[in-house]
Amino acid sequence: MGALAHYIEDEGVPTTGISLVRENTERLRPPRFLWVPFELGRPYGAPDEPEFQTKVLRAALALLQRPGPSPILDDFPDPAPGDSPADLTEWSCPISFPPPESTNEPDLLSRVLGEISSLAPWQALAEKQRGRTGLGAARMDIDASARFLHALLTDGASAHNPATDLSPGQAFRGASEDMKTFYVEAATARPGRVSSRELADWFWGETSAGALLLALHPVCRDSADPGVRRVAVGQLIPRAQLKRLEN
Amino acid sequence: MVKLDDLSPGSVRHLLDKDCAEFETAPFVAGPPLRERRVAIVTTAGLHRRDDRNFDVSDLSYRVIPGDVRLDDLVMTQASVNFDRTGFQQDVNVVLPLDRLREMQMAGEIGSIANYHYAFNGAGQLPAAFEATGREVGRLLKEDGVNAALLVPV
Repeated sequence: MGALAHYIEDEGVPTTGISLVRENTERLRPPRFLWVPFELGRPYGAPDEPEFQTKVLRAALALLQRPGPSPILDDFPDPAPGDSPADLTEWSCPISFPPPESTNEPDLLSRVLGEISSLAPWQALAEKQRGRTGLGAARMDIDASARFLHALLTDGASAHNPATDLSPGQAFRGASEDMKTFYVEAATARPGRVSSRELADWFWGETSAGALLLALHPVCRDSADPGVRRVAVGQLIPRAQLKRLEN
Repeated sequence: MVKLDDLSPGSVRHLLDKDCAEFETAPFVAGPPLRERRVAIVTTAGLHRRDDRNFDVSDLSYRVIPGDVRLDDLVMTQASVNFDRTGFQQDVNVVLPLDRLREMQMAGEIGSIANYHYAFNGAGQLPAAFEATGREVGRLLKEDGVNAALLVPV
């Protein structure tokens, strides 16, 4: 990010920006940056906190009025809302999953499809309330994503890729992201503060979809398809959740 | 903090071991008061319109996000899995503060919002690899009359 600021400013456009990793910004020395004490992935602090987001935005834009010289690196003083341990409640997913119905699907796929069925009304509610969904990376519906991921587990590189405009690796990546998006959108449909860690631990530790993605790691890292292999190795399971592969 | 303390040792190493380019120049362009500025966002969150191409790993290209984009037309295909996406899944503005910018424009705090914003995939490459496309975006911003580029990582 700091390098982009340097190149854009060098083309004659004034820049200001947000720093999430102060150490790297200090080394890159962009013209004007505001370091914020927030989690990676949340440069404006917290979702659904418009006043706080505006405060961060104003602080970043205000650097444009400073006379210099370069570099200017200020620190934003406030933690993100919900970021202190006192703000956390012991969140649990409000949706309980039914036992798998007897179907012809292999058991893990049956359980994932059952979860999706239970979560669907909540995901639809979240989409209606927010006026948007982040689903779409896989370019197939969520049931098809689940079936494709399971096919990668059972059929390997010969799994049928329903996303005709994506490579198998891109479809694998998109389907795994859409699964997480679908589950999180559903789980956060009801009002109430929940941390990213609680959501991640729930998805990876308590859902069959998480179990499916974990099961794909050892299988797909040896895939004959290099794109599928690459996703399995570095784009499937966050580092913070790799410990689950040891269980 | 960015919570380096909360990250796994592997994540901390990955973040801090980046080969950050050292620049010999220190450009610093002045501009008018904020209420007269035209603002664009440049993000590395791998955002794009739903029917635009997904970002791939090691992708140095950028996607154009129209200034009047509807937030329900945005998806994220950034290559990394090692940052929180749950905030974005609940509220785009935690990553791309377009609603906040629009409010500031309505209130007269900024002059205008650019016709186009730009999104990169900020993973899988060293910072210096973005020089060609970064400069290209700089020229496009200039053509659009932008005099406040807001750079937002993820």
